Amino acid sequence: MNRWTRDQMAARVARDIPEGAYVNLGIGLPTLVGNHLPAAGSKDYREILLHSENGVLGMGPAPAPGEEDPDLINAGKQPVTLRPGGAFFHHADSFAMMRGGHLDICVLGAFQVSATGDLANWHTGAPDAIPAVGGAMDLAIGAKKTYVMMEHLTKSGESKIVARCSYPLTALACVSRIYTDLAVIDLTPQGLKVLDIVDGLSLAELQRLTGVPLSH
Amino acid sequence: MIDKCVADTAAALQGVQDGATVMIGGFGGAGQPSELIDALIAQGARDLVVVNNNAGNGETGLAALLKAGRVRKIVCSFPRQADSQVFDALYRAGRIELELVPQGNLAERIRAAGAGIGGFFTPTGYGTELAKGKETREIGGRMHVFELPIHADVALIQAERGDRWGNLVYRKTARNFGPVMAMAATLTVAAVHEIVPLGGLDPEHIVTPGIFVQRVVQVPR
Repeated sequence: MNRWTRDQMAARVARDIPEGAYVNLGIGLPTLVGNHLPAAGSKDYREILLHSENGVLGMGPAPAPGEEDPDLINAGKQPVTLRPGGAFFHHADSFAMMRGGHLDICVLGAFQVSATGDLANWHTGAPDAIPAVGGAMDLAIGAKKTYVMMEHLTKSGESKIVARCSYPLTALACVSRIYTDLAVIDLTPQGLKVLDIVDGLSLAELQRLTGVPLSH
Repeated sequence: MIDKCVADTAAALQGVQDGATVMIGGFGGAGQPSELIDALIAQGARDLVVVNNNAGNGETGLAALLKAGRVRKIVCSFPRQADSQVFDALYRAGRIELELVPQGNLAERIRAAGAGIGGFFTPTGYGTELAKGKETREIGGRMHVFELPIHADVALIQAERGDRWGNLVYRKTARNFGPVMAMAATLTVAAVHEIVPLGGLDPEHIVTPGIFVQRVVQVPR
């Protein structure tokens, strides 16, 4: 079966981020989106400001080797840079930007998303797992739009888009769009609408793989 | 004359009691007041409740304090990391209590304590395990969860520059929890890389006004 690669998924998300957007990219797969935003000077360049919950707006790419600054990191604790015009602020202000609805888009990874937009992405619920939530619950409910990026299927082939999440919830009814390695799907009051589908996969086949009803 | 500067980190940690709640600034390594944590280990207070975003990385700093068996409970948002082996072992052995708090709630609960707010309603966490048993209320058509402030006896924070009145500026993302923790503790100790004379910090740029800080100590970068 044809699938989009992680980079193709990231490029697909990047394409949908408009000029002037304030965006938070979650840890893991969503972080790749930053590499696919059009660079300054390119013909489709758009001014997009990246937010990181540890107190930075206007985050730039990773520094050149040797230029890392331990006081300038992202939420994944990787070294980053600051673009001219960027700003630093403390944690309460940073989460006010989120919770207060000032961020336009937040892109998160997920274990599962339900048909009504419930998100499960922080804890497998396994008895021996040490839970860690970080900013996931604040991000999920805070941004104007919450997008999810995830593989369509689990390693054992089960749909990660489900009627009801079996993993512990991060937030209720918060996801507005899902980008998987097979399709791009909008969550609407009328149900799940397929916006885009990987080459060579039919809607019928996508429906067979997906745990809930889809429409085109 | 007000002079909050103390000679060394031992003097900065004087008087921390057993059983104290200690806020420790930093997000991973950025803004972690390593010298103050080492001084807390040397000072000897036990049975501590520590408030930090994480639960220690590697074997130094907060991880060393945990390893020394001095922490009864940790309040944090993200304990599990690739190098959180000290916390992981204590937690699995049932030797440390964990209160897991969403990161924005952690920051705002600390801020609320510093601002004298008796709690707040937030949509964060509604309908999840982390809101179980908490009061909820519909506000503006959206469900909210009631969260209480987090006060501390002591806050240990790292800033870049300070003066003898306790005014502080920070450096880049090392600011993180420093300003809110400084407000929320009875005794706030700031480690700074440079102490400047009064007037040496631009008053338009001071991030933490000295009223929130009780002790200032210089540490090497």
